[in-house]
Amino acid sequence: MSAAAPTAGHRTTTAGKPPGRAATRRARFAERGVDRLLLLLVPAVAIIALLFVYPFVYGLLISFSPLKGGAFANYRDFFADPFLRQTIWYTVRLAIPVALVSLLLAVPLAYRLRRDFRGKRAITLVFLLPVTLGSVVLSEGMTTIFAPNGWFNLVLGSVGLGPVSVLYGYWGTFVAAVLGILPLMLLLLIGFFGGIDPALEDAAATLGASRAVRFWRVLFPLVLPGLITALSLGLVEAFAVFPSAVLVGEPGGATHVLSIPIYQAAQQRFDYSAASADATVMVLVEIVVLGALTLVRSRLYRGAAVGGKG
Amino acid sequence: MATTTTPTGRRAAVRGDGTGRRPRTTATGVLTYAAAGCFVLVLLGLLVSVLVQSFATSWHGGWWPDGLTGSWFSQAWADPAYGVRSHLATTFEIGISVVVVSLLAGVPAAYALSRRSFPGKSLVLILLLLPIMLPPLTYATQLSSLIYTVGLGGTLTGVILSNLVPALPFVVLVMMPFVEQVRPDVEQAARVLGAGTLQIFLRVVGPLLLPGVLAASILTLVRVFGAFELTFFVSGPGSESLIVALFGAASNPAGSAPPLVAAMAVCYMGTSLVVFALALAFVNPTQIVSRR
Repeated sequence: MSAAAPTAGHRTTTAGKPPGRAATRRARFAERGVDRLLLLLVPAVAIIALLFVYPFVYGLLISFSPLKGGAFANYRDFFADPFLRQTIWYTVRLAIPVALVSLLLAVPLAYRLRRDFRGKRAITLVFLLPVTLGSVVLSEGMTTIFAPNGWFNLVLGSVGLGPVSVLYGYWGTFVAAVLGILPLMLLLLIGFFGGIDPALEDAAATLGASRAVRFWRVLFPLVLPGLITALSLGLVEAFAVFPSAVLVGEPGGATHVLSIPIYQAAQQRFDYSAASADATVMVLVEIVVLGALTLVRSRLYRGAAVGGKG
Repeated sequence: MATTTTPTGRRAAVRGDGTGRRPRTTATGVLTYAAAGCFVLVLLGLLVSVLVQSFATSWHGGWWPDGLTGSWFSQAWADPAYGVRSHLATTFEIGISVVVVSLLAGVPAAYALSRRSFPGKSLVLILLLLPIMLPPLTYATQLSSLIYTVGLGGTLTGVILSNLVPALPFVVLVMMPFVEQVRPDVEQAARVLGAGTLQIFLRVVGPLLLPGVLAASILTLVRVFGAFELTFFVSGPGSESLIVALFGAASNPAGSAPPLVAAMAVCYMGTSLVVFALALAFVNPTQIVSRR
C-alpha cells in the first residue's frame, strides 16, 4: 500500500501541469488518511484546545503573576507557610491509603465477578449508584448514618461493639472517598478480568494448577497492568477529593487537603493567581505519583491476554 | 473444539479433580463476599437514611425519627434560598445545552476518528481522554479564572462552557463504537445509488446512529447533573445547578435543618436516578464508567 503511493505521485508529477501538483499533494495526504473528512474533527478539537489545554497554560502563566510580590511569590507563600505546605502530606496520607484499600477490596470481588452469571447486572447497578450520585450525596448520607446515635453505631452497639466516631475527621473523608472510588475501580477491574481468555485458566487447570496457582501465576500477572491503571485512576481521584473533605471531614485540620486552599483562594479571596498556583502544585503531585506508577507499569508483561482461536 | 462450545461443557471437561462445576467455598471467598456485603449495606443504608431523614419531623439518633412529615419537601421545593424548583430548572437548562453542543461537535468528530487513521490520531485521542480521566478539580480553577476574565463568570454560558470539557470527549468516546458498527459499504452503496453527502448523512448514517446519539445524550445528561466541581467553581447566584445548591445548603456555616438538606438530596437523587434508569434502557451499564 505505502509503496504504491510514491509511484502514483511520481506518475502524476511527470504529467507536468501546475494544477496537477496540488492534486498530487492531496492524493498523497489522502493516502495517509488525511483528507477533507478530518475537517469534522475541527470543532471538537478546537473546543478542547480552547477550554482544556489553553486554561492549563493560562493557569500556569497567571500563577507567576501574583497579586503582590515577585513571580514566584505564590509558590514561595505556599511552601513557606507550614499550614499550606502540609496540605501535600495531608493529601498523600489520605489518597494513598484510600486507593490501596479500595484496590484490595475491589480485586477479589472483581475476580469473582469476572464471568457472566445471573444477577451480575444487578450487582453492577448497585455499584454504579455511588459513581452516578457523586460524593456530595454520599457525604450528606454519611452525616445521618454515621451520626453518634445513627444506624451504624446502633448496629455496632447491638453486637456489643463500642460506638465509633467517623464523622468530621480523617476517617469521615476516608470512608466517603472509599465509597466513591471502590465502585469505580471495581467496574474497571471487572472489565480487565473479563478481558482475559478463560481458556488460559482452563489450560492451567488441565495442567494441574490449583486454584491459588491459577490466580497467582496466570491471572494475576495478566491483570497486573490493569490493576495499576485502576490504582492510578483511584489515586488521581483521591488526590482531588473535595466535597467530602468539607462535609464529613475537618477542613481546617485533619483533612486540610490540597483542594481546600484552592477553593479558599478562588472562591473566598478571589485570588485566582494563588488558586492557580495551588492547582499547579496539585497537578505536579499527581504527575509525580502517576509517573512512578506508569514507570512500573511499563516494565510489566504486556502480552496478549485475549487468546485467538488458534 | 466441539466440546468447548459451551462454558459448562468446557468446565466439566476440565475439572477432573472431582470438585464439579460449583466453585468451592474458600476462606478468601467468604471474606470477599462479607466485605462486599458490608460495603453494599453501608451504601444502601446511607441512601435510605437520607430518604428517611427527608420525611422526619426531627431525628436525633435512634432507629427511627420521632414523626414523619412531607412538609420539608414543599419547603425545599419553593423556598427562595433552597429553591429546588429553580435549581432543577437551571440544571436541566445547563444539561440540555451541554448535550446539544457536545453532540453537534462530538458526533462528527467520532465519525472522523472511527473512519480514518491519520498521523497524530493517537494525540487527538489522548487529548480527548485526558479531560475525562483527570478529576475536574485539577483544571476547574484555571478554567474558571479564564471564564471570569472574559466576563462570563457566574453566568449560565460560563457554566455550560466549563461543563463541555468533560462532556464533549465523553460523547466522542461513547459514539465511536456506534459509528464503527455502521459499515462503510452502506454509505458507498448509497453513493453509488446517487445520494449526496447530505442525503447520506440524513437518510443513511443519521438514522443508524440514532440509538448511539440517544445513549450518549442521556449519559451526558446524568454526568452533567452530577458534575459538582466544575459548576461549583464557575457558577454564580443565578446559575447554580441542584448539586451545587445542595453542597451550599449542606456546608452552610449557619446550619440548615438536616431534613431540609435531605429533602434536597432526595430531589437530586430522584431526578438523577430517573434519567439514569432511562439511560440503562439504551446501554450496557459498564459503558457508563468507560469515561475512565
